[in-house]
Amino acid sequence: MPVTKTPAALRSDEERHVQEQPEIVPVRNHGRWLGATASVLALAGLVGSLAKNDNLRWDVVGDHLFADLVFDGLATTLWLTAAAMLLGLGLGTLVAVMRLSPSPVLCGLANLFVWVFRGTPLLVQIIFWGYAAALYSQVKIGIPFTDVTFFQADTNSLLTPAVAALLALGLNEAAYASEIVRAGIQSVDPGQAEAAHSLGMRPALTMRRIVLPQAMRVIIPPMGNETINMLKMTALVSVISAHDLMSNIQAVYAQNYQVIPMLVVASLWYLALVTLLGIPQAWLERRYGRGTTGAGHTSPLRRLLGGAAGPRSAPGAKNDKERSR
Amino acid sequence: MSTAMVRAEGVRKQFGGLEVLKGIDLSVERGQVCCLLGPSGSGKSTFLRCINHLEKVDGGRLTVDGDLVGYRQQGSRLYELREREVAARRRDIGMVFQRFNLFPHMTAVENVTEAPVRVGGVSRSEALEQAHALLARVGLGDRSGHYPAQLSGGQQQRVAIARALAMRPKLMLFDEPTSALDPELVGEVLDVMRQLAADGMTMVVVTHEIGFAREAGDTAVFMDEGVVVEAGDPRRVLADPEQERTRAFLSKVL
Repeated sequence: MPVTKTPAALRSDEERHVQEQPEIVPVRNHGRWLGATASVLALAGLVGSLAKNDNLRWDVVGDHLFADLVFDGLATTLWLTAAAMLLGLGLGTLVAVMRLSPSPVLCGLANLFVWVFRGTPLLVQIIFWGYAAALYSQVKIGIPFTDVTFFQADTNSLLTPAVAALLALGLNEAAYASEIVRAGIQSVDPGQAEAAHSLGMRPALTMRRIVLPQAMRVIIPPMGNETINMLKMTALVSVISAHDLMSNIQAVYAQNYQVIPMLVVASLWYLALVTLLGIPQAWLERRYGRGTTGAGHTSPLRRLLGGAAGPRSAPGAKNDKERSR
Repeated sequence: MSTAMVRAEGVRKQFGGLEVLKGIDLSVERGQVCCLLGPSGSGKSTFLRCINHLEKVDGGRLTVDGDLVGYRQQGSRLYELREREVAARRRDIGMVFQRFNLFPHMTAVENVTEAPVRVGGVSRSEALEQAHALLARVGLGDRSGHYPAQLSGGQQQRVAIARALAMRPKLMLFDEPTSALDPELVGEVLDVMRQLAADGMTMVVVTHEIGFAREAGDTAVFMDEGVVVEAGDPRRVLADPEQERTRAFLSKVL
């Protein structure tokens, strides 16, 4: 006769099993605690010494933080950043497509462009555009080697410091952006273009509808970096007095000699703008991450709070074993 | 004029110095299912890709529905077709790939409507209606809003078939459609293909599924090293091959 247990006996078995489950003791990372404490102490010391340092002159910082001159500079810095990035991305995409072209002439020209504008210092390029009138006093657009002219103007009236700054930053950016866009395009599986072609889509439509949207996932993070870099690099155009934030700050400390407090004003504004730039980038990354599980789907706040950074739950995702019928 | 949907006469293709197709003669009649079999490297996928001009033919004649693939003949000269003309010819030829090649940034239904709307000039509402009908036909009526990454391999391949059918092709090409699938998912894709064959679609199928070739195929073509070794009724070619090479290959895969 088989031995059967009464319900009571079963329950006590279960209870014993629960009791036998031992408690888990996490490892104590003494080194980590020590390091964290030392770092916080060092930072507190630095902040304390800065707060007590009379040379920093927080009153001067406060007086100028919201001054009109600073706001004028900020406006110039912002539109210069936006315009230079647009010029860079547009021209850069064109250069990238040229570089991938089967025509050796187009590819060679694109290579030449990247070689020149990536190979010389940005500061040199900015000063070059600022002093372009010393090379050509007149700008003429016409048919080469003939007297036909469509447009003619004085270089100095055309190339104001702001225009020179935009050209210098935009052309330089185009060289870098073209490499980023090219890498993005090449990251897309060639099978995608083949599938589009097999449906009767022409190369231009395939590029616009199928390849570029997928390349964006690879392009956006480095382009976000480029935008942040651009915002800060606009400070370089102060050498041709383009009236950006840095130019105006320099103009102020040239008069009041409060170099350090004025640099603090500039730094606070650059930090604030860079922080704001992170928001559209995160949005764009989520937008172009559609259809891919994982990266870019949890908001930064959720990551900080929950740590539940797992991929968005997707029915049947990555589950090839699942059968639907 | 011949009535064959696909006719190949001495088709040659080389990559660099390597000759992959060494003169292929083959014809596929309207409404027929032609299965291309053979070891890897035999040139069967390359030949399939030549049919819709994903690969350029180097020699011989290849026609689809009477039109020369990739060229226009005037007198004794062959003029290479422009992008627009190549694209127009491809609309009538559907293709299904080994790796599905669905557009990952679009949902299943967007994958199916993309070409009819952008290329075929069909209105969005009409394309949507057709897409839902096609997805239902391949058994995925309830998955239209899913992204490819949220579907199993078999489901993705069925969406890919629906996508190709959306252009109302007169010829369907299948490039090893079940080779990237887990064994238990192969059946659902083959079921859809059998249904398509029963509906009278002209199909050229590169496959390793001998069973499918035997049941659904009207002709079986055995290729090796860039030539057609043997072709004919699949029940004869697969059961009692005349050529030694065919016999050796079949003994390995069966």
